[in-house]
Amino acid sequence: MLEINGVWKTFGGIVALMDISFNVNKGEIKAVIGPNGAGKTTLFNVITGVYNPDKGSIKFNGELISKLSSCKIARKGISRTFQNVELFGHLTVLENIMVGRHARTKGGFISSGLKLPSIIKEERSIKEKAEEILEYIGLKERRNELASSLPIGEQRILEIGRALATEPKLILLDEPASGLNEAETIFLSRFIVKMRDELDVTVILVEHDMGLVMDISESIVVINFGEKLAEGTPVEIRNNKLVIDAYLGEEGLF
Amino acid sequence: MGKSNFFVLICLSILILVFPLIVTDSYNLTIGVFAGINALLAIGLCILMGFAGQASLGQAGFYGIGAYVSAILSINYGLPVAVSMVIAAIVSGISAIAIAVPALRLRGHYLAVATLGFGEIVYVILNELGPGGPSGFGDIPHLNLFGFVFDSSQSNFYLVWVFVILVVIFSFNLINSRIGRALKAIHDSEVASNAMGLDVAVLKIKVFILSAVYASFAGSFYGHFVSFLSPSTFSLFQSILVLMMVILGGATNIWGAVLGAIIITILPEALRKFEELDVLVYGIILTLSILFIRKGIVPLIIDKLKVEKKHA
Repeated sequence: MLEINGVWKTFGGIVALMDISFNVNKGEIKAVIGPNGAGKTTLFNVITGVYNPDKGSIKFNGELISKLSSCKIARKGISRTFQNVELFGHLTVLENIMVGRHARTKGGFISSGLKLPSIIKEERSIKEKAEEILEYIGLKERRNELASSLPIGEQRILEIGRALATEPKLILLDEPASGLNEAETIFLSRFIVKMRDELDVTVILVEHDMGLVMDISESIVVINFGEKLAEGTPVEIRNNKLVIDAYLGEEGLF
Repeated sequence: MGKSNFFVLICLSILILVFPLIVTDSYNLTIGVFAGINALLAIGLCILMGFAGQASLGQAGFYGIGAYVSAILSINYGLPVAVSMVIAAIVSGISAIAIAVPALRLRGHYLAVATLGFGEIVYVILNELGPGGPSGFGDIPHLNLFGFVFDSSQSNFYLVWVFVILVVIFSFNLINSRIGRALKAIHDSEVASNAMGLDVAVLKIKVFILSAVYASFAGSFYGHFVSFLSPSTFSLFQSILVLMMVILGGATNIWGAVLGAIIITILPEALRKFEELDVLVYGIILTLSILFIRKGIVPLIIDKLKVEKKHA
């Protein structure tokens, strides 16, 4: 579904991504792990078009996307969340999800200003769909609260909900468990699996919580200093000497 | 448009209907016309700045283009005023693209300075190339709709304020739509907006065009009402006044723009009795209001009403 082929990204003299290649299969949950500053978020930014890669290619469902803008890539069906939660803080919970419907709806400036019948109809469908998603992510009671007023755990879930509203085929989650307590993390990991199974989305996950990663991911890519160190199943990664030295440590976290 | 906004709209409409019947002297009616013209400018900036988060100190530029283009077309080319006004709006809209391009790269103070530059360029062009240069030109025809000539203060008062009401309705519809949500989203996070598939660049260009078109109509109304134009009306000071209106009334609310425009227009007249101290008093009032009601008057009132509702 996603083919990353020899991707390089440098910022000035710093090489953030060095010849990264891996594939993501349809329907899988893939984790990207590695120490802080390894280039995981840069990788997400390159996949979603925040930056274009200097070298190499990224294909999504066979189509080259590595030269497209962020907005076009989103419209192709790749959505994401952010490490430092990027919700629309002045909008309500419901409105945040409704913004997620933007790419799948059409109303323009003039027709919206005139409130044409087509706009009224479209607005109703946006709202219905958003309510459905709110129900799905379990934030229905919070619908009219400002997104910025939610606790971090709910903000992260809301961000996933907003991403789901764009009807993605592939969703990139950037440290979804960061700032969550244990119970919230368990809820989140179940939610990710449920979402993958029920909504037919493929998931790529950047995460430091090894419990979560080992628990739900089917395949793991390890990045260190911008380079791919290893790739494999959780069991393979756990026993990989290189990975233990660079990141996991002798004691292990599990 | 919610119930409370609809209620305010009805109240405003009644006020507009009644005002010229109570206030009959043409001087005060003229002030009323100017308040309406300023309201158009302020609503445009309110959507641009308060909702989409794009600062502008160049609204006087679009105001000037609207006034001059419409006046020149109707004088030199004999076009009907209504047609000239529409063409002027199109010209303003196109020039808005010129200013939106830097806006795609700049933010906050930098954008404000870039738009200020645009306003100054228009001002210089009007001075150098406009008919009559710095001293301006007159004999601009009044608007003529189906044989009715809008030549009196009273008819212009109704004309401008009915247009304001239409613009208010249009603007409320817009900000409560998919587009309005997108504009607010851009204000909060551009990177997330892009990631949700919003075409941030195109939305920014379009919202600049919208504010330019509002300002252009304000300028056209001004020219065809006063019948005389000179560049000094469209200086940086006018852009700053529009900014004051929006901030004083409350940038996050369309009614704030309307109220701010009315206050800023009337205030200098109300302060006449202070004679030569009027500018000083004007300055003190504005400074104090910004210091103590930073969110603006209308958002403050809404907050107060919400608190009362909770206690009731």
